[in-house]
Amino acid sequence: MSTVGLVLRQVRFTNKTFWRNPASAFFTFVFPLLFLVIFTTLLGNDEETIGAVTIRTSTYYVASMAAFGLISACYTNIAIQMIFARENGVLKRTKGTPLPAWSYLGARVLHASLVGFLLVAITVAFGVIAYGASFPTGVDLFRFVVTLIVGAGCFAAIGLAVTGFVPNADAGPPIVNAIILPLLFLSGVFIATGNDAPAWVTWTGRIFPVKHLVDALRDSFLGLPSFSWMDVVVMALWLVIGVVVAAKTFRWEPGR
Amino acid sequence: MADRVIDVRGLRKSYEDVEAVAGIDLHVDRGEVFALLGPNGAGKTTTTEILEGFRPRSAGEVAVLGHDPANADRSLKEQIGIVLQSTGVDPFLTVHETIDLYAGYYPHQRATDEVIDVVGLTEKRDARVAKLSGGQQRRLDVAIALAGDPELLFLDEPTTGFDPSARRNAWEIVKNLVSIGKTVFLTTHFMDEAQYLADRVAVIAKGSIVSEGTPDTIAGRDRMQATVRFRLPDGAPAPPDLGQIAAGDRAWIVRTDDPTRTAHEVTAWALAGGFSLEGFEVTQPSLEDVYLELTGGEEGPG
Repeated sequence: MSTVGLVLRQVRFTNKTFWRNPASAFFTFVFPLLFLVIFTTLLGNDEETIGAVTIRTSTYYVASMAAFGLISACYTNIAIQMIFARENGVLKRTKGTPLPAWSYLGARVLHASLVGFLLVAITVAFGVIAYGASFPTGVDLFRFVVTLIVGAGCFAAIGLAVTGFVPNADAGPPIVNAIILPLLFLSGVFIATGNDAPAWVTWTGRIFPVKHLVDALRDSFLGLPSFSWMDVVVMALWLVIGVVVAAKTFRWEPGR
Repeated sequence: MADRVIDVRGLRKSYEDVEAVAGIDLHVDRGEVFALLGPNGAGKTTTTEILEGFRPRSAGEVAVLGHDPANADRSLKEQIGIVLQSTGVDPFLTVHETIDLYAGYYPHQRATDEVIDVVGLTEKRDARVAKLSGGQQRRLDVAIALAGDPELLFLDEPTTGFDPSARRNAWEIVKNLVSIGKTVFLTTHFMDEAQYLADRVAVIAKGSIVSEGTPDTIAGRDRMQATVRFRLPDGAPAPPDLGQIAAGDRAWIVRTDDPTRTAHEVTAWALAGGFSLEGFEVTQPSLEDVYLELTGGEEGPG
């Protein structure tokens, strides 16, 4: 079988197991929509003016929840799934087969990205239908899609890299969440960080990739002129860092 | 030289300052079942995992099917099947899907339904893996290892947790594999399993191989003293001097270098006296007796 065929076949099996685990699939898909409803309900769906552009609150949150969904699917899911697969020996068994390691990991990343894209599509569709959010077109759509692809790779790579620092499955969810939750809050996913935020908050946003994903998705989705390719470049850098760290620290066997 | 499937010379493995494997030589020929026996912590798993390619070695030469397992060659992995002690599978796939998934990694696949049939999981073909019993999951492990039609099969304690009939079935599976020319590297802590399956066994203790041979002759087992046991009926006189060690009430145990002669003497004496002996038996030392002696009886086999 060709290498591409091998990866796609692996994606198919990964997909089968993903949907047969209802708890995991349910929470991955329900959380972003639930948050979208909560924020729009709490904060109203009024029109707001950001710079020269007037938008609805829901449009603002659709982009934020798309970012949240992509991070859940790519970073959180990959990290936790791989930690469990390592703990119960699936990874070790796979290592003993002729399947090249990168095919297995590549299939995981590809599957997580596809789940992330589907999640973004559902969130956007929900926002458009339920709240009348506007859908980007032309160059904005192009920017939105490139941001999604680079963002998926970036957060999947970080998810793989994190697993090397988690000793066992019990420690998995707490560590994985402890890394991402503060970043989500400090990066304006749930609450916009204003210009008067303390310097350390601003710098946290500049250094880590979460705010770059949120900004790039939001600016492209809203068609704001503030869209910057620098956001995408920073995520690409984090993608490289994630791959390098994962290559050095990824373990195929459970901890002892 | 015979067709060497595994050839190990001077293998050493150190973890920090502990030497888990202290220089061992062993070889396995094509079509053979080789069993590595030893207590927990003796270096058995370390040795096996070096051969399987999971662990690097500190020193020595290792060739498995002509490859160095440390290089993790894909062509080597395509020719071996591994049943590890504790490896999971995705609980949400069915038996058939799971075997299918793994078979797809190999160039020479056996038909999935055929493999399912070989390990006796036909009735569970479409059951989710999560619903299998412990013994059934172990059979699934074996099925996955067979899916790529391997030349060499590593079985690490394959029947742990099996009930007696499932063990018999597993043994027949191994016998069948060998009959079609496959080679098996087995570790077990059941001596009857090694006795039944293995062409050759090696006993490892404290990182070194302390004895090697066929199950029947290892460590001079065939030349050891046999034991004759019997019980005297009520009112029988004491037997003649046979060098016996009396054990308990009327039970007698005799150790002898010549069981034929001793058995004859005992039965002739009983027939002449006109009574029968109860529980009369002649036994050679079992593989387990030899094993316990070689490993100092510490910890028990593992």
